[in-house]
Amino acid sequence: MTVSAIQIRDLSKTFGGGRSLLGKARHEVRAVKSVSLDVARGETLAVVGESGSGKSTLARMLVGLEAPTAGSLLIGGKDAGALRREGPRAFGKMIQYVFQDPVASLNPRKTIRDILETPLKLLCGYEAARRAVRMKELLDAVQMPEDTLARYPHEFSGGQAQRIAIARVLAAEAEIIVLDEPVSALDVSVQAQVLLLLRDLKTRFGLTYLFISHDLAVVEAISDRVAVMYFGEVVEMAPAARLFANPGHAYTQRLVASAPCIRRE
Amino acid sequence: MSAVAEASAPKAPRRITSWHLLLNNRLATAGLVLLGLVALMILLVPILPLPDPDVTAPADRLKPLFTAGHLLGTDQLGRDILSRLLWGTRVSVAVGFAATLIAAFVGSAIGIVAGYAGGRTDNAMMRGIDMLMAFPYILLALAIVAALGPGLMNALYAIAVVNIPFFARNVRGVTLGYVHREFVDAARLSGKGNLSIILTEVLPNVLPVIVITMSTTAGWMILETAGLSFLGLGAQPPQADLGSMLGEGRAQLFTAPHVSIVPGVMIFLIVISLNVLGDGVRDVLDPRLRSGALARPGPVTDVASGRAVPANAAADAALSIACLETGFQRGSKIVPAVRGVSLYVKPGECLGLIGESGSGKSVTALSVMGLVASPPGLIRNGAVYLGNEDVLAMPETRLIASRGSRVAYVFQDPLTTLHPMYPVGRQVEEAIAAHQSIGAAACRERAVALLEKVGIPEARERAKHYPHQLSGGQRQRVGIAMALANDPDVIIADEPTTALDVTVQARILELLRDLQRERGMALLFITHDFGVVSEICDRVAVMKDGEIVETGETRAVLANPQHAYTKRLIACVPELGTGERFLERVTGLFAGGKEQAS
Repeated sequence: MTVSAIQIRDLSKTFGGGRSLLGKARHEVRAVKSVSLDVARGETLAVVGESGSGKSTLARMLVGLEAPTAGSLLIGGKDAGALRREGPRAFGKMIQYVFQDPVASLNPRKTIRDILETPLKLLCGYEAARRAVRMKELLDAVQMPEDTLARYPHEFSGGQAQRIAIARVLAAEAEIIVLDEPVSALDVSVQAQVLLLLRDLKTRFGLTYLFISHDLAVVEAISDRVAVMYFGEVVEMAPAARLFANPGHAYTQRLVASAPCIRRE
Repeated sequence: MSAVAEASAPKAPRRITSWHLLLNNRLATAGLVLLGLVALMILLVPILPLPDPDVTAPADRLKPLFTAGHLLGTDQLGRDILSRLLWGTRVSVAVGFAATLIAAFVGSAIGIVAGYAGGRTDNAMMRGIDMLMAFPYILLALAIVAALGPGLMNALYAIAVVNIPFFARNVRGVTLGYVHREFVDAARLSGKGNLSIILTEVLPNVLPVIVITMSTTAGWMILETAGLSFLGLGAQPPQADLGSMLGEGRAQLFTAPHVSIVPGVMIFLIVISLNVLGDGVRDVLDPRLRSGALARPGPVTDVASGRAVPANAAADAALSIACLETGFQRGSKIVPAVRGVSLYVKPGECLGLIGESGSGKSVTALSVMGLVASPPGLIRNGAVYLGNEDVLAMPETRLIASRGSRVAYVFQDPLTTLHPMYPVGRQVEEAIAAHQSIGAAACRERAVALLEKVGIPEARERAKHYPHQLSGGQRQRVGIAMALANDPDVIIADEPTTALDVTVQARILELLRDLQRERGMALLFITHDFGVVSEICDRVAVMKDGEIVETGETRAVLANPQHAYTKRLIACVPELGTGERFLERVTGLFAGGKEQAS
């Protein structure tokens, strides 16, 4: 626990802005406003908030898909910008990303073998024989049958596709994984299974999760700490059990109150 | 020519089906056969026993068709037209296809790079393409030929250059759609570089568009080759090519029309067969058309003529479905989606229909008003009673009149169900005017009143806004206002809150419940979320694989679920306050059948 897995200080992202050719100010959206947070190694930090609260932008900045406008970003103790300059290999082996829509994150015209092979080849630099062994291990880890490799993404259901996407992320052998609403597109029973899988993988491989979701109950089940985002700012951060039992910020209170629950009486 | 035929069969696993699809299209097959014949002939020209196409014989000039030794007659210099036709077709087709390939390669490269790079690169490249497009194409081709000098090769370059914009614009548009897709981001995170992403991630997805554009422009290019040759800028005498033959025959159009008609017919046949084949190839390669979008669905779902019509089991219900079976036609088979579903909703009651994706709950809802697209949808058995009248037996006009007035729908994503080009107020007015003949001013007043009713603040102002100017929750409120417009007896809400945030969802549920109680409507509420069901529904029906496995009072079902599937569904809903115990709870559920359950 000496070095935190992710350390964010005053991170901001502004879209648009600046001036147009004629000197007119362009419309500017401040998606993330000066966010600071730490994720310890082996911890699951959840980020909750409504659509448009900036949580996905935060996640995309973490994995280098967006460049921050201001602020610092340390991943595994190293500056993210410096890490990126070392090449995609250094970066990709440090942090990986699971997308919300599993089917859209798999190229429809590639077999699962092609998809899984890419990180093994480019990030880990394994030769063919080692790759074949590793792919079997990965499919095993996400509980998918071996004949998966020869098939195309459209042949799988949402839950299966999300397992494959998780296998691809594991292939990179990164210790930090950013999960952007990984279960919100799935049916409840599939969602429960994927959550179970995520928990097992975490203990097995010693992973660190940054888990983004809008579903408080899911967040409570899987995370150690929760950060609540509201209009681009982290308004509250606390251990999961405490936050939901005793929400401090008005927005968190509203979130907790409107979460649907099953009324049995 | 074979390029098009080969390209029409994509990669290995789907080859057979694609071929069959193409051959199912009669016009495309005819085009393919015709093209195959022409290809065969021009390939065999060198070994066919034909006279030399360039040898003149002034004594035999302008012989008519079917002269002995000259099947298609001779031209003004006594040359054999059949021989010239075949050699000329060879030249025209070769030039046309070579130009297509060059234009496709260069244009696609520009389009894909511009689309992928975006920003300044995109701007610079596309403005260059715009400049090419700014000239009328034949003028540009003429200018190029004029600069380079007449000749077949120069005509080829000119035609290729003129057609580059077609490919560049098409491919750029499609590339733009893929560049921001998640799988491209995923490939980048897997360590791929830009070139690798363009070649291995984007190109395979764009390829069908390139092939389609090639197959539709090849005919056009052959026509342009002929055009330039006709003007004397392409093939130079004595070399034969379809355009120059046409040009030379023009002078004899009245004395010996066959000299120009024969090459004209050939051009016509090649171009028309290329075009119908190109259309066929497009239909095969376009996944949207493949899934049946090409077939225009009828206004009402087909109902099997010999269907069983069970009696109405719940006479006092507003809506009663009896043993409904709906299926989808796949080839000669029918895949059932709903298998014998019976349910009823009484006035003032809310029935929750719950199930996971693919359980048939939406098809059930759409079957009620015959809204399942047909083909491929087919209602095979059962009846839908509105009051005491069987909807499926209604005449078409009466059924269509009942939609919205007696049964109204609220759909999942209001952004896709609202028309993006009309203000929301006007769309509500339209819903009113569809069933009531009242004046425009009264109609507007009613629309504003409805928008107020569903809790839109400053409704009069808001009515002038377009859907994209409203938030997701407000759009759904507009959707509800449209459903309420004609005081329907039954509202069917198909996952109306799934696309919304939790805080908004809570308010929409509240609104629906209040409206339903106040107006005494029957509400059929479709969802996958037991949490939502427990908030709003009086009774619940659990659906699995097209069948209702359990039904009862919401509280009873939640407190004491009978069916194993219901138990699992309830157990899988994470609840606030459960915390980590939730995962322990579901571990037990999936311990046995992990593989089968996913």
